[in-house]
Amino acid sequence: MTNVIETHHLRKEYGDKVAVADLTLQIERGEVFGFLGPNGAGKTTVVKMLLGLAAPTAGTAQVLGRPLGDTSIRARIGFLPEHFRFHEWLQGAEFLDLHGQLLGLTAGQRAKRIPRLLNLVELGDAAGRRLSTFSKGMLQRIGLAQALLPDPDLVILDEPTSGLDPLGRRLVRDVIHQLKAAGTAVFLNSHLLSEVEVTCDRVAFIKEGRIVRTARLGALVEGLTEVVLQVGQVTPELLEGLRRWSQDLRVDGRRITMTIQDEEILPHLSQWVVDQRVGLYALTPQQISLEELFVRVVEAQA
Amino acid sequence: MRMWVIVRLTAREVQRRKLLWMALALGFVFVALFAVGFHFIYQEITGQVAVGRSELNIFVNFFLTAGLYVINFLSVMMAVLTSVGTVSGEIASHTIQSLATKPVHRWEILLGKWTAYAGMLAVYMACLSGGLLLVVYLIADYTPQNWLGTIGFLALEGWVILAVSFLGGTFLSTVANGVLAFMLYGIAFVGGWVEQIGSLMQNEAAVNIGIVTSLLLPSEAIWRRAASLMQPALIRSLPSNPFGTASVPSPAMVVYAGLYIVVLLTVALWVFGRRDL
Repeated sequence: MTNVIETHHLRKEYGDKVAVADLTLQIERGEVFGFLGPNGAGKTTVVKMLLGLAAPTAGTAQVLGRPLGDTSIRARIGFLPEHFRFHEWLQGAEFLDLHGQLLGLTAGQRAKRIPRLLNLVELGDAAGRRLSTFSKGMLQRIGLAQALLPDPDLVILDEPTSGLDPLGRRLVRDVIHQLKAAGTAVFLNSHLLSEVEVTCDRVAFIKEGRIVRTARLGALVEGLTEVVLQVGQVTPELLEGLRRWSQDLRVDGRRITMTIQDEEILPHLSQWVVDQRVGLYALTPQQISLEELFVRVVEAQA
Repeated sequence: MRMWVIVRLTAREVQRRKLLWMALALGFVFVALFAVGFHFIYQEITGQVAVGRSELNIFVNFFLTAGLYVINFLSVMMAVLTSVGTVSGEIASHTIQSLATKPVHRWEILLGKWTAYAGMLAVYMACLSGGLLLVVYLIADYTPQNWLGTIGFLALEGWVILAVSFLGGTFLSTVANGVLAFMLYGIAFVGGWVEQIGSLMQNEAAVNIGIVTSLLLPSEAIWRRAASLMQPALIRSLPSNPFGTASVPSPAMVVYAGLYIVVLLTVALWVFGRRDL
């Protein structure tokens, strides 16, 4: 088994509302996968279906090689829910112990893992405190410890850093890096692109319940370059010629903005424009951020 | 079995939230008040009138029934108020998500919770009823017949209400579920009285109304069964007795109550197992 998650035409309707229209995706073992989309795109619904919290209206899916709804597989999945809401009358260590019992961990395993995880999320001192006295950041950290408790093969994090301070975000990032190093697959549901940019191997953009683009993050961001040309005059021949390097051309007066796949074509491009004798005043290449790409992908389909 | 983890979690929740302790404390305040009141009334009666032991027992039994009726009412309140949000509240606050995504079946979550509440209710009922019986024994040297069975039936009544509250919790909001449980209890309560009065007046229609409401929620019928169990035959036949049991539900009603709990919990498991969380 190489795919930890595999979905085929997954669909979820709530009455008349289609939350997820048609979702087909594969996530490989050991991969950190970013699931991106605007609020209301259907990201959390997808997570709920993968975890058996919501039943799909149509389609099939397998998680860790087993069909949806197989409860035994959940002993190998770590999950940090959105909003980090837990039983607040439990104490920190007690909360982890209870979840360890639900996971089927032995007393010995729990005694070993719980103090280690409390230290990892820097809550060693708060083990005896009730969760009701925890700050949002602390709840997020204890939630993260709970997600790591089963020593999982797959970790699903639903908006793990929303509303958190920079320290909380860094902790999530560090944990994701550690999981990746240990070969654990991570499904990161987020709209905070800066997080995704530094952690994910691959991303999928979801909009209105459909995946509009899936790509390796390196290829997606590093390969793409935006070039701004300032020319003396814009002729139809010039635009026609430029299209051989990019289909994504935008003209604003005598300014042409285009996206190219590879920086290596820049010398050829500049030489060709000079040869056209339209007057080349400036040629400025600039990297595209994931955020820019996100906005483009989401707006392009609108 | 992971259901027992849920049982322990729920039991701990009830303790932590101080609900059980508050309800127990209030219950014992009632038992203490009953003891004081009963002591003086008992002294008054035994001191002034020359009554035979059997007449005295009828009087004592009447007071005991009245006291148990209050405890019965307290435990119905306790059953609804403690459990009304245990399913719907966890769904609304999303705390259920961290449980339901563990390798535990949904039926284990629901049955685990029910078992914990049913156990707590039985303990609550046993403590208060036991307290009341002890008070009566110490003051009047009286123990009613079948008192253990009576406590058992009172617990059964609490479990019936608990099953209603659990089923409602799987598809209603906490407030709507509370309203449903109390409305049903109210209907069964009024229906029970209609049946009593109908029985005394030998009005068949009124008796039938009572039976229909008992089928809707057999709580009041089980109470009458519980009370009649410990009452001497004479007290049962007193027409003007507010806690009397002129019309005693048949043993079939007890079987019905057992089935009622099983069916309601089965439907609750079915609904909870299929709904999105």
